[in-house]
Amino acid sequence: MTGVHDLGGQPGFGSVSPYENSAPFSAEWEKRVLGLILCASWPGFWTLDEFRHALESIDPATYLSVTYFERWLMGLEALLDRHGVLKVGPEAPINKLIAEMPGEAILRSDQVDTGLAAGPSEHPHVSQPRFSAGDRARTKAFTSSGHTRLPAYARGKTGIIESVQGFYTFPDDNAHHRGANPQWLYTVVFDWRTLWGSETDERLTTSIDAWESYLDAE
Amino acid sequence: MSSAEHAEGGDAHDDHAHNEYSDSQARVLALETLLAAKGLIDPTAIAAIIQAYETKIGPHNGARIVARAWQDAAFAEWLKTDASAAIASTGLGELKGTRTRAVFNTENLHNLVVCTLCSCYPWALLGLPPEWYKAPAYRARAVIDPRAVLLEFGLELPQTTKIRVWDSTAELRYLVVPERPLGSEGMTEDELMRLVSRDSMIGAGVATFPASSK
Repeated sequence: MTGVHDLGGQPGFGSVSPYENSAPFSAEWEKRVLGLILCASWPGFWTLDEFRHALESIDPATYLSVTYFERWLMGLEALLDRHGVLKVGPEAPINKLIAEMPGEAILRSDQVDTGLAAGPSEHPHVSQPRFSAGDRARTKAFTSSGHTRLPAYARGKTGIIESVQGFYTFPDDNAHHRGANPQWLYTVVFDWRTLWGSETDERLTTSIDAWESYLDAE
Repeated sequence: MSSAEHAEGGDAHDDHAHNEYSDSQARVLALETLLAAKGLIDPTAIAAIIQAYETKIGPHNGARIVARAWQDAAFAEWLKTDASAAIASTGLGELKGTRTRAVFNTENLHNLVVCTLCSCYPWALLGLPPEWYKAPAYRARAVIDPRAVLLEFGLELPQTTKIRVWDSTAELRYLVVPERPLGSEGMTEDELMRLVSRDSMIGAGVATFPASSK
């Protein structure tokens, strides 16, 4: 979506301070959030893309003022609420669903090692890629309240297809329960002037990984 | 304590004032208890996940890959052309679904990885990302002012060095293979691993001898 999370090129956030912010966690309880979310996501009531969209939907002032894992906790709460997981009482349909889930639907401690190494989203391809390495392509220009992985700074810009990367779940659909609908994914390289205006530095380039439907031929 | 409780005032609520949990801690505990009671999560798996990231999965995994690539030209070539398979052959990395791509620094080219939209990062090779990687300053500036960002890491590249920024917008995970430091000839794979910092595999640093050993 077009939102506060889409930070590429935004001014005003100051310096990076790598030495003060070198650790993965800022508090012990955040480790519990990490584990809780990985476990709660395992049965598949929601996808990783829907989780990302839940984080993007946090109101902008809050998004920027809380810690990273506080955002994760808020995202988890939103998803548990949306999917009815927090409903109580024997009449709640979710309870019946959970009770009837096969044992392997729950992440067990002896599955953690293989579970953590499993990526979610590449598929065998069922079509041929529309673009080849070296082609010029222009990204679509749009605003959206739904999930998308085309950053605002790279919309409506012309770049060069550097490589065809594979056939991947389309997050813009997958986040909203419209199916995985996999598409070809490309690495697209942009030069500095195209992305950031007239101040040009030929020694700097940026790439994104873009799904085919983000791209038009040029 | 809610404002209503404040309005009622009184010392009867003093015990609440000494609650040892922060708001976030209390919410995590409540959700964990509730989801375990419903049978949706196995709390021992949460502990196993935390333990895995504290003891098994971390930058030493990526450093092993980099050190092997420095030592073994055939492995380096495999890593360049099919990083997922090359990494899987060592027993490390993602097993399926998510592809890894290794990008090699050279004398004239420096690679830098960012995720401007969230915090995509090669967990299986580097562990969990540092706070700075997830924070707005890095996500905002890495794509528009990488030279200044690198200076904040203490890395001043020659003006002639090209910089390529990789915005991780999909399920491709990028591992930067830094240049092998001069003076490391003859070192073993284990010795070489110690020259490979986490930040150097994000591109926010270079491989170098630890300050005490040079």
